[in-house]
Amino acid sequence: MLILECPYCGVMADETDLHGGGEAHLKRYGPGSSDDEFETYLFHRKNPKGVHFERWRHVSGCGKWFHAARNTMTLEVYGTYPAQTTEPPKELVAKIKKKHPEWGGYE
Amino acid sequence: MSNAVSALQGASFDGYCKVEEAGLTGMITLRGDLASKGVAKAVKAVTGAAMPGQGEVTEGAKGRVGWMSPDELLLIVDHAEAAAIVEAATKSLGDEHSLVVNVSDARAVYRVKGASCREVIAKLTPADTSVMQPGMLRRTRIAQIPAAFYLEDDETAVLVCFRSVAQYAFDILKDAAQPGGEVF
Repeated sequence: MLILECPYCGVMADETDLHGGGEAHLKRYGPGSSDDEFETYLFHRKNPKGVHFERWRHVSGCGKWFHAARNTMTLEVYGTYPAQTTEPPKELVAKIKKKHPEWGGYE
Repeated sequence: MSNAVSALQGASFDGYCKVEEAGLTGMITLRGDLASKGVAKAVKAVTGAAMPGQGEVTEGAKGRVGWMSPDELLLIVDHAEAAAIVEAATKSLGDEHSLVVNVSDARAVYRVKGASCREVIAKLTPADTSVMQPGMLRRTRIAQIPAAFYLEDDETAVLVCFRSVAQYAFDILKDAAQPGGEVF
């Protein structure tokens, strides 16, 4: 069972308390963008074997969206952080980098 | 005005814990910036309770205040006074960016009484009830519905859910408290 700490409530919420929102930190391409950019924004998602940044909503708790960094292969959770950001916190990225030097980094 | 009745009108069940519907309970949702002094002052003025911290519930002379999310509080007060309290809170908040709504009739409240009240709720929720102490509030789910609960004392748990699922909540609580269903 996947268990994430909600950064707003400070409680450990399990998967059944949460709702997955897919890949985090998408850059939105709207009116005025090229067809390729729009297609990428709409349909192309990362599907890494390893470190992944995701959006989750604490649906039966506070109802807020937050982000989580976890490993899709080992299921290890590196950390969670509030959603009011466009990129992962530097400390978290550094922590993952230290653990997995081969990781290509966020992006 | 029509006669106000609670969802199950005080239905109760005697299992290895007693499950009873708490009857008419006043409930008010207050949304706003919980860090602001104006909100704390309004809450103190209408309930007598201090501002609860993350995941806490505080008690005052006129009611309890539960922390529901970073911008939401639940005021649990006397049913008959709820409307007046909403008015007083709205007035006290003044220009503050906030919302106060009387949701008394949209909720159902249950009390689970007995030494194993934590265990009965633990059967239904993914939350760790063993760490719950009086003064803590957890908003989570029971079986398939959202619910919040806190402990009044070590042997009384209070559970709040939507009124539309009141019968469902009562049925699963009854089932969890069935004699012979003790886990520990």
